[in-house]
Amino acid sequence: MKIMRPMGAVGIVASAALVLAACGSDPASTSSGAPTSGAAAAATGTANVACGGKTPLSGEGSTAQKTAVDIFAQQYAKACSGQVVNYNATGSGAGVKQFNAKQVDFGGSDSPLSGNDATAAAARCEGNPAWDLPLVIGPIAIGYKLDGVSSLTLNGEVSAKIFNGSITTWNDPAIAALNPGVTLPSKPIQVLSRSDESGTTDNFQHYLAAASKGAWTQGTGKAFKGGVGNGASGSNGVASAIRAADGAIGYMESSYVKDGITAAKLDSGSGAVELTAQNVGKALDAAVFKTPGSNDLAMDLDKIYAANTPGAYPLLLATYELVCSKGYDADTAKAVKAFLTVSATTAQQPIADKGFVPLPQSLQDKVLTAINAIS
Amino acid sequence: MTRNRTKVRPGDRIFKNLSTGAGVVVVALIGLIGLFLLVQAIPALRADNVNFLTSRTWDTSDPNNLRFGILDLLLVTVSTSLVALVIAMPVSLGIALFLTQYAPRQLARPFAYVIDLLAAVPSIIFGLWGILVLAPELAPIAQWLNETLGFIPIFGQGNVFPNFSGTIFTAGVVLAVMLLPIITSLSREVFERTPTPHVEGALALGATRWEVIRTTVLPFGKAGYIGASMLGLGRALGETIALAVILFIPRGKLFDFSIFDGGATFASQIAANYSEFNNPTSAGAYIAAGLVLFVLTFAVNFAARAIIGDKKGD
Repeated sequence: MKIMRPMGAVGIVASAALVLAACGSDPASTSSGAPTSGAAAAATGTANVACGGKTPLSGEGSTAQKTAVDIFAQQYAKACSGQVVNYNATGSGAGVKQFNAKQVDFGGSDSPLSGNDATAAAARCEGNPAWDLPLVIGPIAIGYKLDGVSSLTLNGEVSAKIFNGSITTWNDPAIAALNPGVTLPSKPIQVLSRSDESGTTDNFQHYLAAASKGAWTQGTGKAFKGGVGNGASGSNGVASAIRAADGAIGYMESSYVKDGITAAKLDSGSGAVELTAQNVGKALDAAVFKTPGSNDLAMDLDKIYAANTPGAYPLLLATYELVCSKGYDADTAKAVKAFLTVSATTAQQPIADKGFVPLPQSLQDKVLTAINAIS
Repeated sequence: MTRNRTKVRPGDRIFKNLSTGAGVVVVALIGLIGLFLLVQAIPALRADNVNFLTSRTWDTSDPNNLRFGILDLLLVTVSTSLVALVIAMPVSLGIALFLTQYAPRQLARPFAYVIDLLAAVPSIIFGLWGILVLAPELAPIAQWLNETLGFIPIFGQGNVFPNFSGTIFTAGVVLAVMLLPIITSLSREVFERTPTPHVEGALALGATRWEVIRTTVLPFGKAGYIGASMLGLGRALGETIALAVILFIPRGKLFDFSIFDGGATFASQIAANYSEFNNPTSAGAYIAAGLVLFVLTFAVNFAARAIIGDKKGD
């Protein structure tokens, strides 16, 4: 088929127009709706960083923390010029596997190492334990759209009943009891969940299991087990679906709560608490670790979910960087320490602008202690 | 075969061996892929607690208690592809006939170029366009169809009701747009090859444009057109990311034989759960589903080639 050159140019312009028209607006927008960067205890000051060591540093794992780790890498390059970090977001499972196989210098995981993975990691670190360092904390919002209801309070039990189908209409007495003075319509509740496997779903179901006083019996895991409603692809898909339907409710990372979606307040027993960075920080102040006293900072999130800390917003997810406590060669250890120090300090404020919660002082101190102990 | 007395030139022999080698490599590659799928899938199939081919549940969260069956996936895959074909086939036929019979030469070439460019748009773009732009526009139409024709099972209430966006209907329309360039370009090639004596003979007997098409172009090009549609079907069966983004998954409900249902196809199910293949047994379940898709697509493409191959150069 002979195409004349001018016609080819027309075709190129036509296709460019098609492509540009098809590109929607960036869903993961750069301004976060819900959490205000609270002054709460997030001392993000610049610690002294000993630059140098291996470059590029390689990491792999969780997709939930990809945005954050990219910012960490940027800040690290700013603080230590010439130092590069390459992070590949292939999923927590792949990240753990690659870390254990010595293919990458650190791993990113939505859940701490356990069982066989922990043993393999210790072998990877020349017989020394691997540590889980929480550097990226993100609140999970229960977002809803309901005409006429601009403020909604839920608790663990009622949320569990909504998400497993025991409560089916908005004006159910259980919801009304938590929202005195609010007129709830008698619309049916449309539940949205994630159709793809996700750490957000896992943490949300853990919250429901821990905080619902037995109302959630469907189990936990990366696949939504509530058995009610519809699953949409990605947090973006869930948010769009909620926006399009009056009376819809779902769970998502807090940065997706905007343009018509409102985040519900959570009442853990001491009154309704709004989703703000400050309130999530309060929940983290009461954090309990799986191995208290050690530098392995794997958090027992179930205790945070079930806790009744006044003023704390408990529904959060924490992603960890997996590092060797010892067992790196000198170059790698130096670079890993420098990178993580920048990530835990200067880089915490920039990631707050993307909807994450900066580490509160108490947690940051522990993380820095652990980083300094890497050798 | 009598041996040639003349010497075979080295160039001929080299080229013959290279071509044979290339052919063998491709066939071997397909065989190895099939073998890889089979080997990875067998442990999971052995550990499956329900019938793989007839069960409608899919639960691979516990590696010690795998319960996965592909029937629902198969039904949704076939439904989306059928909806896409029902929409794309007449439109492609129209476009191909327009480009070869009615359009002036100067218009036909750039038109054909733009249609072919449609094939170059990545499927993720189609998926995003489908769910963000097209679905809100189609939802009222779908709702109207459901209300007026709801007594017919395929237009009945879907399992993602009251949502009308993430349905097989929306996915089918988007898939149809993706299939248009394939079916159109192949059909156009076939229609252009209608023997000129046939066309001229019909015109000489006083046939109108449409009668010429009906009596000469369509009978000649029928097999090629069907073959092109089946190649399009093969593409539709394997479409992954667009369907993963568009289709909603109904919780606790199975495919209900309505085009307003949601669900997962083979490819979209694998894509949605791909990043968390934590252990080989659970991953094997998805690979087993991939194997079924591989066999299905292979069979469809094989049939398509057989139909086109048989009747070419009538």
